[in-house]
Amino acid sequence: MPPIVGIDLGTTNSLIAYMEGDRPKVIKGADGHAIVPSIVGLTDNGLLVGEPAKEHLIRDPAHTIYSVKRFMGKGLDDVREECKYFPYDLQEKNGVIRIAIGEKSYSPPQVSAMILKELKRRAEQYLKEEISQAVITVPAYFNDSQRQATKDAGLIAGLDVLRIINEPTAASLAYGLQQKTQGIIAIYDLGGGTFDLSILKLKNGIFEVLATNGNTHLGGDDLDRQITDVFLRDIQGNFDIEIESYSDCMQAIRLEAERVKIELSDKKSFMAVVELPGRKERYQREWTREELESCTHELIEKTLGPCRIALKDAGLEPEQVDDVILVGGSTRMPLVRRLVEKLFKQTPHCELNPDEVVAMGAAIQGEILSGKTKDMLLLDVTPLSLGIETMGGVMSTLIRRNTTIPANAKEMFTTSLDGQTSVDIHILQGERELVPDNRSLARFQLPVPPLPAGVPRIEVNFLIDANGILHVTAKDIRTGEVQSVEVKPSYGLTDEEVESMIRESFEFAAQDIQARQLIEARTEADAISIATEKALTRAKDLIGQEEVAAIQQSLSVLKETQGKDDHRLIRSKIAEVEKATRHLAETLMDATLKEALASKKVSEVL
Amino acid sequence: MEQKKNIALATRTVPMAHSLCWHCHSEVKGEYLCGQCVKVQPLSKELDYFTCLRLPRRLNLDEQTLENTFYELSRTFHPDFYSRKDESEQSISLGNSALLNTAYRTLKDPFQRAEYLIRLEAGSTKNIRSNPPADLFAEILELQETLEEFRLTSSKNQSETSTILRKKLQTARQNLEHRRLHLEMSIVSKFDEWDRLQLQAPNPKELREEKDALLKDIQANLSNRTYIQNMVNELVETLEPA
Repeated sequence: MPPIVGIDLGTTNSLIAYMEGDRPKVIKGADGHAIVPSIVGLTDNGLLVGEPAKEHLIRDPAHTIYSVKRFMGKGLDDVREECKYFPYDLQEKNGVIRIAIGEKSYSPPQVSAMILKELKRRAEQYLKEEISQAVITVPAYFNDSQRQATKDAGLIAGLDVLRIINEPTAASLAYGLQQKTQGIIAIYDLGGGTFDLSILKLKNGIFEVLATNGNTHLGGDDLDRQITDVFLRDIQGNFDIEIESYSDCMQAIRLEAERVKIELSDKKSFMAVVELPGRKERYQREWTREELESCTHELIEKTLGPCRIALKDAGLEPEQVDDVILVGGSTRMPLVRRLVEKLFKQTPHCELNPDEVVAMGAAIQGEILSGKTKDMLLLDVTPLSLGIETMGGVMSTLIRRNTTIPANAKEMFTTSLDGQTSVDIHILQGERELVPDNRSLARFQLPVPPLPAGVPRIEVNFLIDANGILHVTAKDIRTGEVQSVEVKPSYGLTDEEVESMIRESFEFAAQDIQARQLIEARTEADAISIATEKALTRAKDLIGQEEVAAIQQSLSVLKETQGKDDHRLIRSKIAEVEKATRHLAETLMDATLKEALASKKVSEVL
Repeated sequence: MEQKKNIALATRTVPMAHSLCWHCHSEVKGEYLCGQCVKVQPLSKELDYFTCLRLPRRLNLDEQTLENTFYELSRTFHPDFYSRKDESEQSISLGNSALLNTAYRTLKDPFQRAEYLIRLEAGSTKNIRSNPPADLFAEILELQETLEEFRLTSSKNQSETSTILRKKLQTARQNLEHRRLHLEMSIVSKFDEWDRLQLQAPNPKELREEKDALLKDIQANLSNRTYIQNMVNELVETLEPA
């Protein structure tokens, strides 16, 4: 039987893992990397996913989608503030965001499905068998709509999603398996777009979550934005450029901001460099770790509030936590480690690879679901309180946050008018008193037999399953009849929409390896052509006329071959362009170095 | 004739949790898995939380035993172990797990446990007043007025009045928390009394009356505690917004 794979579908990066014997193992691609950037390029040549799409991002931002996880289970109003950071248009249809790319638009689950398919393909190639069942992870603090959207993404990708599990709890499984720990552990998970803190009790193979809290809009992306904003202010202050109108340059700045953050985890200082549109000179800025920390401190401190609430909900003092485990790429930042250490009064563990541990935990959960092991069992909780709207616009809580799932609550409904045939029910999720301050999950009309007021008795059962997803059933107490309830999600795709997206997804499905290599080669050829032409306009005067002619010749040869269906031929012509431009590249590099040295001198003099 | 006897037998055995396996129809005597076909059996809706977690109906309990039983039953019922089984078994496992989780949550907390026990033993305890005693009621009413005044002054930036009011509210909060603690101790101290009554031979009318009086007493304290708790929560929310 093929394995049930574990998938970490992250905001910035995704991974897939499986169980090799009794050990979880992440699957590497042909490039030797386990990480697949969660980026999708919808190019004229075809679909790009992962690393090739990341390379495509700067070249063609309008056709490249990243950080799609931020839009899962959301409406347009939820993301208005951050729209300006994204190079593509966002629209809304029936409460679901659509990302407009060219003539078409895509729902977030569709885009996530493209990433899932790439992971699936990668696993199938490695394991040499077809993969159909998966466990997919989500942030613990994801609400019902976001979980449902993730499940829809799996369906669209042709996967049977056996379980949605929480990222920090998945990490705890991987950690528990390797360290054989018993006691209270806290998982601090700061990912690309979300933050979670979960507190668990580990005992004899039972992983019981005591409390969880978090912020689904706080992660590495937000830190990058803080750094990006410094870049933008700087550039606009020193150069006369409307930088925000150059979306390619905005992406280059965003990626350089990410690089500043990453480099300064190990180094004390880092020189950031960005090419400016239509300028010979480049923007550079030396960043020190102190500067980075003062610019990101406020955001990182925002993670401490959820930590304190989770501790309080678990009824624990920080000192009672035996181990603190760091998960997510952003926990590599020294500032994060210092703050966590200060709160929990102990050095956090980071023995496990913070990028891989979640996918590994998902693979372990897959093994549990396959029935191959009964040693471990995860008892997770629902992160948010579930309730219904009552008189006066107040939310009445039915299932409190941090209740162990599966969990259910029953509520009796009756009528207030004679002959009334339905009762409106509005389901909410959140911790606030008033309805508008909470998340609307769904509405439905409960059918009621026409009787005098107060006579009908309909019992509605709200059940949160082990995925943290809500199911609603109703029973007429007088007749004992079970009623079907049609729940309309406030922020989700309908079953019909998901089905049509499954059909549409086959448009992209027929890409065999040959086709993919062709798309990648053509896209790279496009890129090198554009880059070379740019370089030529910048440095025409630095090299000889003959050389310019030779380069232009190699470019036109490349253009001719691009139309052919032979990726090897295209690659060989790309190599020829690279060969012809080698001297040009060196010359440019020298010029830049001189510039850099010159500017350094100026700053030293000052 | 034979058939009639069977029906009579079946009716008699219902409260004893004897039933037929939903799958192979062999007799199941309250086991969780059928002895014949090993299919998981649905927990009865009438099952009380104490029976579910194999505990006597007492108010003191050993938390370690409770946790161990909860973990053991979780291993029996959790949906993770039924994902390869058919739909009916999956749905039974889901329902059983949800019930088990509720039972554990309720019994783990001493005050929820006491409230639940009172509900189970309901009957003569139904007519308990739900309002707090007059002095507590008056005190809380006054506190709510101060709280309202504080909200107004702090939003209007009248810092001096606001500081005085804040101090007053903080003192009130400390007092309330102290009283809650006192109430809790008094509730828990009655647990032994209940457990002692439970150990005595059942039935005499006197015993029932004694039990009911005790439960009434506990319930009065429980509802006062809830009342104070709500007020403390409101104070905390206003004085230290998240």
